[in-house]
Parts: sequence; C-alpha cells; structure tokens
Amino acid sequence: MLDVAKPITPLVQVRGLKMYFPIYSGILRRHTGDVKAVDGVSFDIMPGETLGLVGESGCGKSTVGRALLRLYEITGGTVEINGTDVATLGTEDLRKARPQMQMVFQDPQASLNPRMTLADIIGEPLNEHTDWDGDRKLARIYELMDAVGLNRRFANRFPHEFSGGQRQRIGIARALALNPRFIVCDEPIAALDVSIQAQVVNLLEDLQEKFGLTYLFISHDLSMVRHIADRVAVMYLGRIAELSPRDALYARPLHPYAEALLSAVPEPDPTLARSRQRIILQGDVPSPANPPKGCNFCTRCPKVFDLCRQVKPELAEVEPGRFVACHLYSDPTAAGSTGASTANEHNQQGVSL
Amino acid sequence: MADGAAPVLDVRGLKTVFRTRGGEVHAVNSVSFHLNPGELLGVVGESGSGKSVTMMSLIGLLPSPPADVRGGTVMLGNRDLLKISADELRDVRGAKVGFVFQDPMTSLNPVFTVGNQIMEPLIRHMGMSKKQAQVRAAELLALVGIPDAAARLKSYPHQFSGGMRQRVMIAIALACDPDVLIADEPTTALDVTIQAQILELVKDLRQKLGMAIVWITHDLGVIAGIADRVMVMYGGQVVEQAPVKDLFANPQHPYTRALLKTIPSLTGEREARLQVIEGQPPIMTGAPAACPFRDRCAHAFARCFVENPERRAIDGCEVGKGHDVACHWVAEVAHA
Ligand SMILES: Nc1ncnc2c1ncn2[C@@H]1O[C@H](COP(=O)(O)OP(=O)(O)OP(=O)(O)O)[C@@H](O)[C@H]1O
Ligand SMILES: Nc1ncnc2c1ncn2[C@@H]1O[C@H](COP(=O)(O)OP(=O)(O)O)[C@@H](O)[C@H]1O
Ligand code: SF4
Ligand code: SF4
Ligand SMILES: [Mg+2]
Ligand SMILES: [Mg+2]
Repeated sequence: MLDVAKPITPLVQVRGLKMYFPIYSGILRRHTGDVKAVDGVSFDIMPGETLGLVGESGCGKSTVGRALLRLYEITGGTVEINGTDVATLGTEDLRKARPQMQMVFQDPQASLNPRMTLADIIGEPLNEHTDWDGDRKLARIYELMDAVGLNRRFANRFPHEFSGGQRQRIGIARALALNPRFIVCDEPIAALDVSIQAQVVNLLEDLQEKFGLTYLFISHDLSMVRHIADRVAVMYLGRIAELSPRDALYARPLHPYAEALLSAVPEPDPTLARSRQRIILQGDVPSPANPPKGCNFCTRCPKVFDLCRQVKPELAEVEPGRFVACHLYSDPTAAGSTGASTANEHNQQGVSL
Repeated sequence: MADGAAPVLDVRGLKTVFRTRGGEVHAVNSVSFHLNPGELLGVVGESGSGKSVTMMSLIGLLPSPPADVRGGTVMLGNRDLLKISADELRDVRGAKVGFVFQDPMTSLNPVFTVGNQIMEPLIRHMGMSKKQAQVRAAELLALVGIPDAAARLKSYPHQFSGGMRQRVMIAIALACDPDVLIADEPTTALDVTIQAQILELVKDLRQKLGMAIVWITHDLGVIAGIADRVMVMYGGQVVEQAPVKDLFANPQHPYTRALLKTIPSLTGEREARLQVIEGQPPIMTGAPAACPFRDRCAHAFARCFVENPERRAIDGCEVGKGHDVACHWVAEVAHA
C-alpha cells in the first residue's frame, strides 16, 4: 500500500512529544514531581499508512494517541496533522480541525452512551459539526451503518442490545461520520473474543482501503500488529525504543527490548513453542515518575553496559528506515568491539530455557 | 503423565445452570474430564464458554442461587466433592486444591500483608505455629521468585506489581502442597514479558513439585507452550479434547479449526486477510438440544440443528484418553 522510498509528505509529524502528568503531594499539594508518561517521542505517519504502536501496559501508548488528538495539553514538542500544528491551535480552530482526526477506543461498552440509540450515537458528530437536516443526517447514518456491517434495522436500538464486536462497529461508524483522514485506534480489539477480533480487523482494513484512512494502531497484540501495520514503533517507559518497517522488525529486531518483547510472545505451535530460545526479562518496568538516569531499559536489559546507566540513547536511524535508541548502535566502542561480546556474555543472565 | 495411573481428579457429566430472569442459562452442560498425576491440562475457549463456571462448580465456589450445580460427579481421590459437607469442602479448597484467579488485585486482601495471607492457610490447614508458618511463607515467596522474600512478607499487595501479585497468588495456592492447582486465566491481565516470567515459573515448579494443573486461558499460544493435553470448550461444552500436539497438528472440530486459522502468526507466512468466524458466540438459554456451534459452522447440516453431538474418539481410545471430538460432521463425514 505504501512505498516509503517515495518522497511523500507525512500526514502526521510528531517531534519531541512530551506529556508529563504532575504529581502533587503533602498537605500543601506542592508539585513534587511528574509522571513522565511520554518523554520525547518523534515519528511520522504517511498518508494511507498504518503505524503500529506496541509496548507494555503503562508505557505511554494511549497517552501518545490522546496527545495527538489534542485530548491533552501537551508538555512539550510539536504535533502536525495535515500541515496544522494541532498542539497550539486555539479553541475555534481546533473545533474545525477535529473532524479530520478521530479515535476508536478499547472498551466499546464504556465509550458508548447507554441511553442513546445507535442512530443518535453515530449521528452525534454530525449534530456538532454540520448543519444538515434530519433526512440528510439519517442518510449518512445509514451509509455508515452499511459501511461497518450493521443492519439498518438496528438504528433505534440501544448499545446494551449489541455484542462486543457489534459495539465496536458502532464506535467505528461514529469515528467515520465526519470523513476523517486520521484515526487513532487505541486497542480496538483488546476487549473482544479471538473469534471476533478478526472480523473487526478486517473491517478496519477494508475501510482504510475504501476511504484512504491513515491509522495509528495501538495494541499489545504483536501478532495482530504484524498483520495490520506497515511500520511499527515499540515503546518502553515513555520513549520509542525502535521504529522499523514491519517485516524488518519481526524478522530481526534491533533494539534489545524489541527483541525480548517479540521473544516473549507465545506462539500457537507446540513444537516451536518448546524449542524456541526465549529471552526472559527479569524484574518489572520502572515507574515513569522515576525513570532510570540513563537508558530507560537499563534496569532490565540483558545487554546493558556502563554507558547505558549514564546517558539516554537518542532514537537514530541505524539502517535505512530503521530507527533505534540504543548505545549498542551509536557508541562505536560498544557496537564494534564490545557490542557482540557484551551481548553474548549477558545472554547468560537474560536467556533461559 | 503416568498413563494408567488413577487420575487425581475425575469429573463426569458436570451440569451447572444459572436461574436468571431471562430463563435458565446452561453455563456448563455435561462436562467430563480428568487430570492425571503431574499433568497439565489446558482449557481453552472464548469468554462465556463455561471455563470458569466449570472450575468454580467443582470446588463449590458458586453462590446458589443463582447457580445450581445439577448433576455429575467430581472425584478427588476417592471423595465426590459434590457430595461432601460444606466444612469438608472448605478443607479441600484450602489444602487439596489450590486456586489462582485472573485478577490478582481482587483476590488478595488489600488490608493484610502478603506474609499474613500466605501464612493463613498454613496455620489453618497445616496446623503450623505462627513461627513455622512464617518460615514456610518466606520459603514459598522465594520459590515463586520474589527476591528478598523474608523482608517482602511485610509488604502489602499494593506495594507489589501485577506480576509479583500473581506470584503471591501462586505462593498461596501452593502453600499446603495441593494435589491439584487450578489456574483461571492467571496471566491474562499481565504483560507478555511478565507472562513469560510466570510461565517459566510454572514450568519450573512442575519439575520441583510435580503437581497436576488445570490451566485456563483463551490464548492458544500459552496452551501450546505449557499444556500436555488440551480441552476446547464452546457454549458450555467440551467440543474437542486431545494431546497438545495432536490438537494443533490435527484439529477436528470446525470451531477448533476455524479458531486456529483466525489468529495471525508472529513468525509464519503473513496472511493478506484474516480468516474470520462469522457470527456471534451463542446465548446459552434453553436446554441445549442442538450443536452450540451450528449458527457459525461452515459444515452444519440438518442433524446439527436437532441433536447435540456427543464426544466420540477419533483414534479408538476411550473418550477423554486420546483425541475426541463432539461433532456430527466429523462423525459422519470427516471420520466416517
Ligand atoms: N491522567 C493521568 N494522570 C497521571 N498519570 C497518568 C495519566 N494518564 C496516564 N498516566 C500514566 O502515564 C503512563 C502511561 O499511561 P498510558 O495510559 O499512556 O499507558 P498505555 O501504554 O496506554 O498502557 P495500557 O497498555 O495499559 O493501555 C502510566 O504510568 C500512567 O499511569
Ligand atoms: N452469576 C451468573 N448469572 C448468570 N449467568 C452467569 C453467571 N456467571 C456466569 N454466567 C454465564 O455462564 C456462562 C459461562 O461463564 P464463564 O464460565 O464465566 O465463562 P468463561 O469461559 O469466560 O470463564 C456464560 O454464559 C455466563 O454469562
Ligand atoms: S542502551 Fe544499553 S541498556 Fe539501553 S537497550 Fe541499549 S544496550 Fe540495553
Ligand atoms: S455438529 Fe454440526 S454444527 Fe456442530 S460443529 Fe459439527 S458440523 Fe458444525
Ligand atoms: Mg492504553
Ligand atoms: Mg472466565
């Protein structure tokens, strides 16, 4: 679908995005620190592309998605969508920009108002952003219901009368109402049964093709991301560890965290599952309120070396189209002479099975 | 895994119904399975297929009403758990059968220390003194891989991460050296790298302790990695049961086949389009007089709508011992 080599302008351009949530404590509620949910994230998304965003719970995926749509006032950096700096738009300009960018949420149950009918829910954005008359709105609602595979007869029913997969279709129809160009899908299938997930993913792909949509697809399901994404960003503790084209990443992850994450995914193949070398990471993700001084992954990295504990590695292009934030690839002494041997030596502690 | 040895747990014809305003929900419909010593039985199925209700029924954890465990036998050794008194059952739960649930936060008590919660069953069921229990609790916490175990006994659950809390739950479940460990989606709420740690721990514990385990999950990847045998549930019934390699290499039931095709692969060929199972999971009201998968099944024929298929072996083994499947199409066409 996408030829990255062609010089097309990105639809979404994010530079140095920071989103800190202040921590207040004591009886005076003094500002004593910050949860650095997103701490310097940069990436592009091309028109028509699906960028996968993966990483463990709490690493900042949803915060990135919400910051992109200006659901937060960001702490730093810039977010350009279709040439507009979303982060600095005034209220009225923001309202005008909203139709272009939409969100599909994880929990279709919680994101739909239980007292509104399906037609009301899908039509709500039309009420807010158009001055269409009732007939025109209804025609659009039917069109959207057709597009997501909901029977028109259901228009006057309420969300609780639908299954999880159907509710997700309602959420998608609403997101499509204003012809957006960009949709943040935040774990859109996580709450669905395996047998229903494929239905929703196929629908998202069909709609992308039909309407030329651009997606940020947030998920912790690495197999599904491999299926749907063109490129994938792997986040760890508020930062991007690696951003690579899909096939390259899954075939040969470069960042030690991306490697560990992929190796932890259980494969539905008993022979493979029992023969595969797995990297079992020790310990837990540190708190984003108190990240390590150096590389955010240094407390668990099987390949950590001295520099990692002192200096945060920046995301840099280490192979054409592949961006990695790791000293193994930037520090010549580490990558050259010690890189390989460090890796081996530390495999002993990181690898079991 | 010793074949021929008497099973530690033998469940036959278990039936559980919920009485609701919308009618009776047949959550568990004539479920039979057994567990051999040292074996890990994987149970898969989508949400609502009856996995949890099956396990809660056999150990008497469902409030009645609305639940009504209507029939069957649950033999643990030579006792039928459905026939013994509530007191006896409580002892069984504490000492013979260990439980680990999906959400470690809701199953640990936030106001007691982790140490207290591990010590409690040791004092109650094993007759240990407080001092003995404390020593054993520290051992157990170390066994499940919590560093600095003796000191961490004083911590409260909220001071632990999700993965650590699940380790504590496993420590509690193992406290009295149970014959059977039932783990209900114990890693579903955890991240994959933490899940990998827990799965590693369980493999390790099996080697050290040799207990039999029932492991419930909806993740076929997890099953592939740890199970010896697998039972697939759909609509409150066991639809297929087989040794793990057979199930993945030679799935029989149309639901199992479709399920295996619908999950995208991490390493294999990347499919342009995902296979789907059309339709929705069944609503289990009314007595099940037809195949629960009929509305979504590509092979369904007239018989499927009027008769609920029984489990039949496809390899000549006794049902439950080899590879069996409950499907008219398999019986009449695929394996006629
Ligand atoms: N409104 C908020 N106030 C304070 N902290 C927050 C807020 N929202 C998120 N955080 C913190 O920011 C970090 C990132 O959260 P985020 O929701 O982006 O994670 P995520 O990667 O989407 O995780 P998940 O996979 O669990 O959805 C977490 O530590 C979270 O606790
Ligand atoms: N308290 C209850 N009242 C009515 N129905 C219930 C109750 N608990 C469970 N059920 C029903 O029993 C069936 C099996 O549920 P469960 O065993 O929890 O499924 P799972 O396989 O996801 O563990 C479902 O249809 C569910 O809706
Ligand atoms: S910078 Fe160091 S600690 Fe961080 S991922 Fe690379 S090797 Fe590991
Ligand atoms: S019994 Fe019939 S409906 Fe049920 S799985 Fe077999 S073929 Fe399909
Ligand atoms: Mg999130
Ligand atoms: Mg359950």
